[in-house]
Amino acid sequence: MRDKTLLELSRALAAKEFSCLELTQAYLKQIETRNPILNAFISVTKELALETASAADTRRAKGEALPLLGIPISHKDILCTQGVKTTCGSKILHNFIAPYSATVVKRFEQAGMILLGKTNLDEFAMGSSNENSFYGPVKNPWDMERVPGGSSGGSAVAVAARMTPAATGTDTGGSIRQPAALTNTTGLKPTYGRVSRFGLVAFASSLDQAGPITATAEDAALLMNVMAGFDEKDSTSVDIPVPDYTQDLSKALKGKVIGIPKIFFKDLEPTMALRIEAVISAYQKMGAVVKDIDLPNVSFSVPVYYVIAPAECSSNLARYDGVRFGYRAKAPKDLYDLYTRTRAEGFGPEVKRRIMIGTYVLSSGYYDAYYLKAQKVRQLIRQDFQKAFETVDIILGPTTPTPAFKLGDKIQDPISMYLSDIYTIAVNLAGLPAISIPAGFIGHLPVGVQMIANYFKEDRLLNFAHQYQQVTDWHKKRPKETS
Amino acid sequence: MNKWEPVIGLEVHVQLLTRSKLFSGASTQYGAAPNTQACAVDLGFPGVLPVLNQAAVRMAVKLGVAIGAEINKRSIFARKNYFYPDLPKGYQISQYEHPIVKGGFLEIMFEGESKRIGITRAHLEEDAGKSVHEDFHGSSGIDLNRAGTPLLEIVSEPDLRSAKEAVAYLKALHTLVRYLAICDGNMQEGSFRCDANVSIRREGDKKLGTRTEIKNVNSFRFVEKAIDYEIKRQSEVLESGGVVVQETRLYDSDQNETRPMRGKEEAHDYRYFPDPDLLPLELDEVFIQSVKTSLPELPGDRRKRFMSDYQLKFYDAEFLTESRELADFYEKAVLTAKGEAKLTANWIMGDLSAALNKSNVDITKSLVSPEALGDLVARIVDGTISGKIAKTVFEALWSGEGSVDEIIQKRNLKQVTEPSAIEAILDKVIQDNPKLWQSLKGGEEKLFGFFVGQVMKASRGRADPEQVNKLLKKRL
Repeated sequence: MRDKTLLELSRALAAKEFSCLELTQAYLKQIETRNPILNAFISVTKELALETASAADTRRAKGEALPLLGIPISHKDILCTQGVKTTCGSKILHNFIAPYSATVVKRFEQAGMILLGKTNLDEFAMGSSNENSFYGPVKNPWDMERVPGGSSGGSAVAVAARMTPAATGTDTGGSIRQPAALTNTTGLKPTYGRVSRFGLVAFASSLDQAGPITATAEDAALLMNVMAGFDEKDSTSVDIPVPDYTQDLSKALKGKVIGIPKIFFKDLEPTMALRIEAVISAYQKMGAVVKDIDLPNVSFSVPVYYVIAPAECSSNLARYDGVRFGYRAKAPKDLYDLYTRTRAEGFGPEVKRRIMIGTYVLSSGYYDAYYLKAQKVRQLIRQDFQKAFETVDIILGPTTPTPAFKLGDKIQDPISMYLSDIYTIAVNLAGLPAISIPAGFIGHLPVGVQMIANYFKEDRLLNFAHQYQQVTDWHKKRPKETS
Repeated sequence: MNKWEPVIGLEVHVQLLTRSKLFSGASTQYGAAPNTQACAVDLGFPGVLPVLNQAAVRMAVKLGVAIGAEINKRSIFARKNYFYPDLPKGYQISQYEHPIVKGGFLEIMFEGESKRIGITRAHLEEDAGKSVHEDFHGSSGIDLNRAGTPLLEIVSEPDLRSAKEAVAYLKALHTLVRYLAICDGNMQEGSFRCDANVSIRREGDKKLGTRTEIKNVNSFRFVEKAIDYEIKRQSEVLESGGVVVQETRLYDSDQNETRPMRGKEEAHDYRYFPDPDLLPLELDEVFIQSVKTSLPELPGDRRKRFMSDYQLKFYDAEFLTESRELADFYEKAVLTAKGEAKLTANWIMGDLSAALNKSNVDITKSLVSPEALGDLVARIVDGTISGKIAKTVFEALWSGEGSVDEIIQKRNLKQVTEPSAIEAILDKVIQDNPKLWQSLKGGEEKLFGFFVGQVMKASRGRADPEQVNKLLKKRL
């Protein structure tokens, strides 16, 4: 039963093939077996899960028919869960229990889903390999010596290794799509403002967005039906109607125009290029048309991102001062000592690096040259995409430059680590929705294809992704359960 | 050498009278137990987000239209970053480059002349919490009840030329914000706080001198004293060949002096940048117009109207329009007093004010209603009671003995005007003082007053003094 999609699980539960409790127990058992090796979970909420699963069975017996009622889910440990620890993968929040739940978490609760646990991540979602977690790196189930990607590596691995049928992730520069690509899962980053950020612990507020990581596009659509929507607690969430994301999944793609940005294929490794070209020809067979496009300013994405994201992070992370919650340095001599030691001892090196960069680019005398300039280029990147979407329905390219790299390979070299997000970052800067879906393998390692759509066109992304998954079975491949 | 000319500008923090905070739903009520009115947003917990309070925006726009300012259709909230334990998020949300209110003026009357004081800007921002240094034996306590309370910071142009003029401006602003019902004006509780920027230059100079900022002045009197001290200090520095250092100074009311704040806390680089959690605040013309049409009559306009409608002198009109409640009280009283504007004004400024001061309450807590005061004035005017007896009636009113007419009746205070009744009293007084009566008749005119007084005394003050005079004269 662990291999079923959400839709299949929903049907099986309705048909009483098994109970919610049995289903939950099956996933908990898989976590017990696989998590010690893979390290995908920071906390497992076993008792709570069993309790709510039994309650779900009772509700189903009474005739409640919510489609996701009693189906388990796991949340990235950066989404606040009332009464359950939310660590953000950081020592500084090792003991933090939020007195509220993120709106996303609440919505899944209201949909009747069972929380299995909180997944591992790079500290405060800063990283592309999951090596920046205070709780240790997550392993890629396709190759234990390799990274699963980050920062939502725990969620992606939990789905890939079938420890959970679905999970949430968050994406600031590729943190849903890159690990999805490296673990053979489907990951959707919605339009900025489509999903509430309330209760999502902020890394870079103008870029952060939560989204689903699932086995299929159809499952992503089901989760989006729950997650998406306006929230009065988040001033940046957008108050426009939410479509039924499953509605257009089967729409024909004949005549649809796929834009291929030349810049995404320049210097691309031939093996990777081959995989992406195979996806393109599959779409062409379905009747889609391909068109070359220019995104002239997208080449500045990485530098622009590494000004804006650290700037916001330096301010967002100021609240971790040891005064009100979280880690506090022992026996501080005075206020200054309390601040400096709490933060020196509580944050890991990558977080510190970004706080330093962010503080620098916002400082008087540097603000105009860095932060303001970066904001201007961000506008240009946004305009590039807007211009492209005048003539294309979707933009397609690789999600990552390479398949999963080895643990330890890039952790000493931040620039090369930052470049692993080269294709995903522009999307966050523009606030657009994008999806990564399995596109086959290079050797034994999975790779992903990324598709980008115009604002609030998540339904189009899911339509494209679902159509591809109808004619291929990459997404059905599972890693071998080796230890 | 020319004299020194002070150049003063004020920054006033006005606490807005909203029920909840600027970015959260927590209550803004003053005086609650520490940390009972701070929610997760005010505490800067991870993952929570600010949501702008519409009522605060409306109040800011109200002030803006009342001072004839430009309302920015698009204003931006920015983060002011610094570390302090009473600043939970590590940044204060404020407006920096694009404030909600830009340019305006306040007309003040100073030394009999009207003067326009320019207002550079007014912007919305959240207040910080409080650090409590007593009672914690070497540690500090933090009370975050105030954290997130909405403030409107109103910054004047450096148009003020003396400490007294600065106070006149501050009082006019204090009156205005209470008229607009956007602030309770309570200076002790910190609802209306003032920082003063002071510099001096040689009279006739165009260039401004180096300024200092005086913080923490929490009464009109201290504002005047602090500025005067600072003017004196700066002129002494310059006259002895020194230079004024640009710095922030704290006013110490016990010593009556200003002292520099420690340098370390000053060297802040606040790293302002637009708050990505809040979209730009967009206002449309319809909203601005709706605020404009909802404005009450403003204090300056009301003062002018009082002077023309009620023929009041400037001083009286200014006194009576000092607060909206007082002016409302006056107008209601005049109505009941059948238009006796001047006498009503005298009663409010005299006996009523004295009674309020004695009980240490403001006009809203007056134990005499405006209608009762109007009745009292009406009874004086129609001759039912004399002005002197009216004071007795007023005291009875204040202690709740009933309506004006009830008190007059119960206490038998009605003025005696009928000649026959007064004649009877007069007869008795003459009878009791035969010798003195003979002397008066013999031309000792200074005894006239004695007999009037005796009649008044015998009538317990009720006899109409005019009648007494008339009848006494007749007998002589």
